[in-house]
Amino acid sequence: MANQSFRIPPILNQRIAQVLLWLATIITLLVLFFIIIFILIRGLRVINFDFLFSLPLHMGKAGGIVSPIIGTIYLTALAIILATPLGVGSAIYLTEYTKENIFTKIIRFGADCLAGIPSIIFGLFGFILFVIKLRMGWSILSGGLTLAFMILPTIIRTSEEAIKAVPTAYREVSTALGGSKWQTVSRVVIPVALPGILTGVILSIGRCIAETACVIFTAGSSLRIPTSIFDSSRTLAVHFYILTREGISMERAYGTAVILILAIILVNFLAYWIMYRFIRRMGGYVG
Amino acid sequence: MSVKIQIENYHFYYANQQVLKGINLTINANEIFSIIGPAHSGKTTLLRSINRMNNEPNSRAEGKIYLDGKDVNTIDENILRRRVGMIFATPIPIPATIFNNVAYGPRLKGIKSLAHLRNIVEKSLRAAYLWEEVKDRLSDSALRLSGGQQQRLCIARALAVEPEVLMMDEPCSGLDPISTAKIEEALQHLKKEYTIILVTNNTKQAARVADTIAFFLSGELIETGPPEVIFTRPKDKRTDDYISGRMG
Repeated sequence: MANQSFRIPPILNQRIAQVLLWLATIITLLVLFFIIIFILIRGLRVINFDFLFSLPLHMGKAGGIVSPIIGTIYLTALAIILATPLGVGSAIYLTEYTKENIFTKIIRFGADCLAGIPSIIFGLFGFILFVIKLRMGWSILSGGLTLAFMILPTIIRTSEEAIKAVPTAYREVSTALGGSKWQTVSRVVIPVALPGILTGVILSIGRCIAETACVIFTAGSSLRIPTSIFDSSRTLAVHFYILTREGISMERAYGTAVILILAIILVNFLAYWIMYRFIRRMGGYVG
Repeated sequence: MSVKIQIENYHFYYANQQVLKGINLTINANEIFSIIGPAHSGKTTLLRSINRMNNEPNSRAEGKIYLDGKDVNTIDENILRRRVGMIFATPIPIPATIFNNVAYGPRLKGIKSLAHLRNIVEKSLRAAYLWEEVKDRLSDSALRLSGGQQQRLCIARALAVEPEVLMMDEPCSGLDPISTAKIEEALQHLKKEYTIILVTNNTKQAARVADTIAFFLSGELIETGPPEVIFTRPKDKRTDDYISGRMG
């Protein structure tokens, strides 16, 4: 055994692995902090009460960002309201009501492929189907539907994984007590899987808030405050894109970016809080 | 004594493997009927056949099982499972409060009144000898109970749907002697109201609590009889071998 003499001692081996893993973590965190700090430094100075709560003026060169904020909320809410029941419903059907067969494999494969499609393709699809064919025009409705299609695979797959992770024993307990399939699903499986399902929904909220390509083609880029779902509106991400792309105001673009990042952080905090409360109520352990 | 469960020439197959071979059994009301035998002798499959929780793909059954003279296949499966409760080898509390665990079954039946549910929960926990230990913390997580308490909680949960038969699949296999003793004590009281089928790996436990013992080996019922016969003068040599520890 020639290579036996080159064997790295286990203690050294362990040290090397530890250092490499530590480095990987540090680099990831550094990149994250660098981005956040970079944007905060450039964007924070424009942020004040007026910036948040007044309408953009001169295409966004002056004024605030209240209408993109409202547009983002509308679009994200609509997409989540549409996609969550559909996605969770499909996931329940796929995991609880069908046996694993070629049909479910095709659906799962399709969902995985759909999850990997660039969002601009969804935008184009939404533009052709909703905006043109179904004559919805550039509107929150078209944009919300398109976003819903975009996040549907994520919600299906994360819900499916969450439901699969519920121990079979819980289903057996419910069945043995005379619970029907639906009673078991609705009273044991879904509540236990809910934190996992919520995680998928939160990821999707984040993607909706951050999405540009998908909504610029479908919701348009109106700067007015939308009054109904048939109005056009722009999201914060689209606003940021237009401000930078057309060189309108870099300062205000970074200000928008700060709000975008804060919104995503806020959504995550809120979601963890809800999850924590929920697990407590279920009587489970909270780590 | 009246007959509660009658099993006639029952065979069960998983894929190509025969798990139960022509079982004939009579279980009387209000007795503790204990099934002993080494692993893979078909004990759990038999329990799951009685409450029809054995309908996995590729499985097949022949023969009849009667509950109060009625073929179990003709009874609605959800109603059947309420009449024949089941306790599993490992205690499985649902991740919810103690109260909600016990109230789970009654709620499935559509009982909504909190006063009524409280009543059922207290009665069931008392019957499972757990009430005194948990009465002040019913809204605590069931997961915080000890293993022995969890298993008694599972018994209470099964009792809450008011079954007629209670099937227990090695309920003490993971418990310490004190918890085991508590469960055995509960069993002695429960048999006044319920018919109990107790699958156990522990022959001494069967000797302590059972009224009738059935010895299973490789899917066959070798012999049945009261403990004093099974333990002192079994008819079959294999029973003697198993009990005296020469096998299994």
